Amino acid sequence: MLSPAIMRSNALSPMRSSGTTAASATTLSILPDAAKLVFRGKTEAIEAAGAHFGVKPSLEACRFAAVGGRSVYWLGPDEWLFQAVNEDPIEVFGGMSVALQAQACSLVDVSHRSDGIAVAGPTAALVLNHGCPLDLSLKAFPVGMCTRTVLGKASLLLSRSEEHVFHVDVWRSFAPYVWQFLDEARSLS
Amino acid sequence: MLLINCPYCGPRPEAEFANGGQAHIARPADPMSLTDDEWAAYLYMRDNTKGLHHERWRHANGCGRFFNASRDTTTDVIKRTYRMGERPEAEHQGAKP
Ligand SMILES: [Zn+2]
Repeated sequence: MLSPAIMRSNALSPMRSSGTTAASATTLSILPDAAKLVFRGKTEAIEAAGAHFGVKPSLEACRFAAVGGRSVYWLGPDEWLFQAVNEDPIEVFGGMSVALQAQACSLVDVSHRSDGIAVAGPTAALVLNHGCPLDLSLKAFPVGMCTRTVLGKASLLLSRSEEHVFHVDVWRSFAPYVWQFLDEARSLS
Repeated sequence: MLLINCPYCGPRPEAEFANGGQAHIARPADPMSLTDDEWAAYLYMRDNTKGLHHERWRHANGCGRFFNASRDTTTDVIKRTYRMGERPEAEHQGAKP
């Protein structure tokens, strides 16, 4: 059997050395691994899931809620992403599935599926806008907002944790492309 | 870039959406009772409207949900978007719903 370390190697690890050379006000960094669970279900089930997880999920569209290293992202009207930074996916998933036994819902462990990038700096929105068509002004995309969107040819989850800090959660096979795209964009802006 | 008003997420860039073809085509309740011609009509035949057309869209790179849009095919203006299960408004029923 594969050791968990091999099963969960970060797709961005080769980028560490090559990706941080551009002189720019905006920095890229690799976010720590996290347990990630996709939940689908109706209001009663999402409330039960949030109560167990310790974070009240947003019922408002395109918003996330966070308590410490745990956060819940609204993905769709019946779909949320539960994320626990630096926690063991097997434990988090096990606890959640027991807590949700009586609920009609689906819960899938997708911890292995994506990697995270932090885009930080006063020009972070401009850098992202090189490939993302969303209005990233604070008025249209406030702190606490999250959404799936596109960047260049890749689909990803974009969230804003501070005025000048965005987090990008992207599927592993797109991660090097997105990193290089952002690295090139930040060297231009 | 065109903006499309997702009923769940609000106005979003066109690049996040995928077109899903003509809306309000109900699957026949009992396909076995249909002739081949009737079944083929259900599967393949679509309106080619000049003017207001009701069609399905999916916010593929967003909330992922299907919804309906009433679009004028001569101007490409989307007059209204509405959720699955809802009917097009009377004033917009120019095309065959
Ligand atoms: Zn949407």
